[in-house]
Amino acid sequence: MSDNRETFDDSTENIVRELRATFREEAYELLSELESALLELEKDPADNQQIGRAFRAMHTIKGSGGACEFHEVSAFTHELESIFDKVRSGKMTASKEIITLTLTAKDQIEAMFNSYYRGGTVDPDRTGEILASFRKLLPGSAAAPAKPGFSSQPKASAKKEEPGRTMTYRIRFRPVPGIFSQGTNPVNLLNELRELGKCNVVAQTEAIPYLEDFDPQACHTYWDVILSTSRGLNAIQDVFIFVKDSAEVKIDVIAEGGYLEDEKAYKKLGEILLERGDLSPQDLKKVLNGKKRVGEMLVETGIVPPSKVESALVEQQHVREMREQRQGHVDQGSSSIRVATSRLDSLVNLVGELVTVQARLSQTALNTGMPALVNIAEEVERLTASLRDNAMSIRMLPIGTTFSKFRRVVRDLSAELGKEIELVAEGAETELDKTVIERLSDPLVHIIRNSVDHGIELPEVRMAAGKPKRGTITLSALHSGAHVLIRVQDDGAGLDAAAIRAKAIEKGLIQPEAELGESELMELILAPGFSTARNVTGVSGRGVGMDVVKRAIDALRGTIEISSVPGRGTSIMLKLPLTLAIIDGFLTRICGEHFIFPLSLVQECIELSREEALKASNRRLANVRGQIVPYIRLREYFLVSGDSPAFEQIVIVNVDGRRVGLVVDTVVGEHQTVLKSLGKYYHGVEGISGATILGDGTVALILDIPKLVRMVEQQEAQMTRGGEPS
Amino acid sequence: MVKKFLVVDDSASIRQLVSFTLTEAGHEVLSAENGSDALQKLSGSKIDMVITDLNMPDMDGIELIRKLRSMDDYRFSPILMLTTESQEAKKQEGKRAGASGWIVKPFSPQQLLTVVRKFVR
Repeated sequence: MSDNRETFDDSTENIVRELRATFREEAYELLSELESALLELEKDPADNQQIGRAFRAMHTIKGSGGACEFHEVSAFTHELESIFDKVRSGKMTASKEIITLTLTAKDQIEAMFNSYYRGGTVDPDRTGEILASFRKLLPGSAAAPAKPGFSSQPKASAKKEEPGRTMTYRIRFRPVPGIFSQGTNPVNLLNELRELGKCNVVAQTEAIPYLEDFDPQACHTYWDVILSTSRGLNAIQDVFIFVKDSAEVKIDVIAEGGYLEDEKAYKKLGEILLERGDLSPQDLKKVLNGKKRVGEMLVETGIVPPSKVESALVEQQHVREMREQRQGHVDQGSSSIRVATSRLDSLVNLVGELVTVQARLSQTALNTGMPALVNIAEEVERLTASLRDNAMSIRMLPIGTTFSKFRRVVRDLSAELGKEIELVAEGAETELDKTVIERLSDPLVHIIRNSVDHGIELPEVRMAAGKPKRGTITLSALHSGAHVLIRVQDDGAGLDAAAIRAKAIEKGLIQPEAELGESELMELILAPGFSTARNVTGVSGRGVGMDVVKRAIDALRGTIEISSVPGRGTSIMLKLPLTLAIIDGFLTRICGEHFIFPLSLVQECIELSREEALKASNRRLANVRGQIVPYIRLREYFLVSGDSPAFEQIVIVNVDGRRVGLVVDTVVGEHQTVLKSLGKYYHGVEGISGATILGDGTVALILDIPKLVRMVEQQEAQMTRGGEPS
Repeated sequence: MVKKFLVVDDSASIRQLVSFTLTEAGHEVLSAENGSDALQKLSGSKIDMVITDLNMPDMDGIELIRKLRSMDDYRFSPILMLTTESQEAKKQEGKRAGASGWIVKPFSPQQLLTVVRKFVR
């Protein structure tokens, strides 16, 4: 609406010009129409047809003239019209005097039009004279004194909003049943109210009759509205301007805004209902003697219908919220509070325990099969989930807080080394767990130091290579599913694969004849005791660095990916879980053992029949809708004893963009999992990242799927290499 | 959403003012010169709102409103009447005939849009 208004303000002048052009011909036609009607009338003053004709002409001149903003014409004709109305209704006769005067008036109108259309002047005194003579003719000068000008604007927009205080109103809007056949849709009016401010609407439906008596063309509903607006009472009344006769509209002020009134709670439910007349004092007294809450009592005893109680409760809530909002306005400074991290940690721990207990509750409820208990368990599950999300989000911090620290590192270091380097940070607003951020800081410093020291070349080297003198290190963070990807990228020299290889052989990390892929080669720089820098500088190059990084990221359950293009630069990507404490898991079973997949990796499950498994026993490939997916039998990998069922399940997961199947006996379903570490004795177990306790108290192992898949691949590779005739 | 309007007035400039305003606001507008012309132009087709003058030759606005309200297709359609200040009695008659609302001439484009929005949005 407001945009329309603006467009129109801008183009109003154009519209008026166009309208006037259209009106030009019509105006003169109307004038001659008026003239000929008057002349006919002179012959027979009682000719009603001619009176009507003259009246219509005047009426249109007034209306259309006004629309074209000929305000003078419109105001003048208005007077003329009110006299002729009397003639038309027979209160006056069309005397010769009146006709003569009207003809003079017609000439005057013509002069007014001429002044715009044909150029000419209007004698304003004459206008006044004509009006004065008309007034003399009126019986007892009873004509309504002409309102100054032409203020005949609809009420709806005549009033400007008073920039007043916010007031809260209670409105009961009860249209007559026949409101629809007046072309009014009450919903539009309610929407109009909503545009005025904060608004709560409760429909009262107790008057809707039973189906056999129901008239679909009648409106049986009425509405209680609680509205907070600063636009004033008039704005609300304007909404209902056309339904004054066809609806009962009751508007009460229930709370004043603008300043903080007494801090006491808002009116009690009973008071509100009394005020509204929905409840009698006697009934209230009766109910108050009861032990239960007033609302419940009223509904139970049937004194007040539930919808009315609801409406009153909505009013309470609305006012409370408005007050809180105002209060929040006053002490905005305290919208956040500092809390010791230890408290947050213990909160998260408790939530973790709660999640475990909730899982047990759900399990027990399902086992007992009591519908009431199952309902409660489901509710607890929902609440726990949102409590968990809330607790987690409290711990989330934007990673940008650590980014600023790196800027300083880069600045100091590059100055020391005589390099020109700019650090560009992207995605500083990316949020992740506070613990993760803290533990990420040191590894990132190492990586960035390495980039500054080994990656970016000296300015003269860069110039010689045709690169900009100033090097760039880009630090970026972004969310990807349940992970955060952090990338440190430089536009330096890139990693020297041959140098890495030579160094690794020298350090005895690989055999001289080892065949390594590019990524495997790159990963060697993460190995302990590896350093490629020719000179040990004070900055890096002591070979403690990248292996520290590797260990820190592993501890965060993250992965490191290194890619490098010689001469173009190096990119190190860290992939980290959002949080450490709780994951959404996918619970499966092999015989009596439970295994949990991280849900984010799971794509789908398909069945594997025994025949199929036997047929493809050596190939371990499943055909999924035409796509070949390799699978791993976890039963064999973890050496679970017992017979496999006739139909096993292949859980298809996504590992580094590839689809891999893992075969289990049965799929149990989604499971919220609190991660517990396995303790140091189990640290060397590959393919397992932790454990959790299930609802029934048993332990389930959490699979580290990427690692598991990599291990199996390596085994396979060794087997094929070993089995191949060389 | 594009809505379809019918404006009925014997004055071409009022018709133009209304249709210009509503077209500018993205609506579709039919126009008719009087009541019988309006009924002929409608002939059962769907319309979102009718805006009609009251004083017209042939069939006036009151009669048009009565006719429309008696037809199943237009029983619940919003009908806005264009009145002038001196026509209080006519306005009452129009309301009794089933008009949904009114706007007093002369009116500005934005006044028209404000009122129209009460019924069509």
